Amino acid sequence: MTTPTAPDAMYRNDEGLGIWEHRGKVAAVGVGHGPTSRRWDGRPETCVGAISIQALRKAIDDAGVAPEQIDGLVVVPVTTTGAFWEEGKPLPMDVIESFNQTDDPLDGVAKLSAEWLLANMPELTNVQFTMYGPGCMSNALNVTAQAIGDGRTHTCLVVKSWHNFEGRYYQSGANVEDTLPGTAAMTRLWGGPASYGTALQFAEYCRKYGKTHEMMAPFMENSRRNGLMFPEGYWAQHRPEELGREDYLAARWIAKPANLFDNDIPIMMSGAYLFSTAERAADMKQKPVYILNHASSNARPRSLTPTLDEVEAETARTARKIYEGAGITADDLSFENMYDGFSLFHQFHLEGLGYRGIGFGDALDFYQTDISIEGPNPVSPSGGNVGSGRSRVWMHTDCIQQLQGRAGPRQVTGVKPEVAVSGGPMPLGGNFTVWSASPD
Amino acid sequence: MTKQGVVPDSFSQPFWDAANEERLVIQNCHACDRLQHPPAETCRDCGAGDSLEWKRVSGRGTIYNYGVVHDCPVRLLQQDQPFNLAVIMLDDDPGIQMFSHLPGVPVDDVPVGAAVEVIFEPTANGQLVPEWRVIAD
Ligand SMILES: [Zn+2]
Repeated sequence: MTTPTAPDAMYRNDEGLGIWEHRGKVAAVGVGHGPTSRRWDGRPETCVGAISIQALRKAIDDAGVAPEQIDGLVVVPVTTTGAFWEEGKPLPMDVIESFNQTDDPLDGVAKLSAEWLLANMPELTNVQFTMYGPGCMSNALNVTAQAIGDGRTHTCLVVKSWHNFEGRYYQSGANVEDTLPGTAAMTRLWGGPASYGTALQFAEYCRKYGKTHEMMAPFMENSRRNGLMFPEGYWAQHRPEELGREDYLAARWIAKPANLFDNDIPIMMSGAYLFSTAERAADMKQKPVYILNHASSNARPRSLTPTLDEVEAETARTARKIYEGAGITADDLSFENMYDGFSLFHQFHLEGLGYRGIGFGDALDFYQTDISIEGPNPVSPSGGNVGSGRSRVWMHTDCIQQLQGRAGPRQVTGVKPEVAVSGGPMPLGGNFTVWSASPD
Repeated sequence: MTKQGVVPDSFSQPFWDAANEERLVIQNCHACDRLQHPPAETCRDCGAGDSLEWKRVSGRGTIYNYGVVHDCPVRLLQQDQPFNLAVIMLDDDPGIQMFSHLPGVPVDDVPVGAAVEVIFEPTANGQLVPEWRVIAD
């Protein structure tokens, strides 16, 4: 079996597509997470493949489904955005040989294929459909929902995992060379860190609307608080530290106005879900959470980096797609879990959505009000990457768990959890899911 | 501050050759009469590849935005941290951006909106690179 990458046609990229044809007919049921850690310690049982298997098995158990009932597997094959196995570094043969291998020896260590998972999960005897949704869990969710709706699989696992190695993110490869190839040099000679583009947009936002970086503090504090109530997350598991206003504002700059905490911490993690048709989901162990829509954005800036105008135009367009396909309005959202890694763009997603009626330039003032899980306007109840580490997964897990009423101490209490939206990553490019406690 | 050296490839050669002659050229689609930067193999508007040319521009612009880099992934630049990293919008087409370290401008004291003009600075291997300096009033 070779696994294809999802074609562009599976994503809902355009405005005017109307209600999603499978609205309410696909459901998430099971959730599973592997353990988190800051970096891989080199053992077979903690490699990215091993924690992925743990996450998948938990999702299967959680849904109460027999493994042989599962006929689909959607995988995000890339497991990092910046931690790579150094060229020439000896392969970890003891780890590689602990698993059934594929053609690539680093499969299960620095990447993840569907073939590797199937070779190491012998209980999955009936998987007929495999597909890659490259990028984030958000991509893979959209692909999974569409595939089930289209009848290509009826009970499908979806997994996104992250590895992290020793050494600093991005500080290898071309960045340590004395020269750059001419084409790359035209944009890369200036050395902007990963969060630089977002920092620029935030700086422009603050100038335009008269806001300050300090105004982010309540959001950061709230996100970490929510993250510490996320037992699957990195901070809850390893560093149960609150992030107070002073701690946040005293942190060193990375690309001012983005500081250390505005940059999410890279970790090892794996998250998996079991999706099914609404009909089959009704007989499973957990309450189904129905997918009302999935939507995508793939805008590109005119030049090197998005301007605030480009950001605002695209987040608004994305929101129109989200609402149109789900047949809802902003008023229907019980809460939101839009992406936050980097923290300085969460407000762009919020304002695009018009969450609780806010418009462009309003979000940082909104952050100064009650945005807690106990209040009427919960912001990022998952705590996102700020609260649990770099994964782009927490936002989705939280939507499912909140709508199932089993988010534990993180459960929203100021609103009835009925409809929620999650997704990202970037304001100019991402994938979004609308979740509902009811299929209608 | 000294940037990494540049090894022009066939695609970028005209840009870097012009820089060595202290001329700023930007890719232009003559079918659309539209500049694009970063350059690409085809026009992002009309999709054509054979209508692209390198066009000399005025070398005037304004500071649109900036950040201050304190933790740079590029090893060679780390000794100069923190440094300004600004976005210049070209007067020829204010949708077209170029990066600049803004030589001579104090760190985090950047006059957003100020007029700038292109200059050319040597990189680590001597290749000249476009940079920008504030035009005195
Ligand atoms: Zn053109």
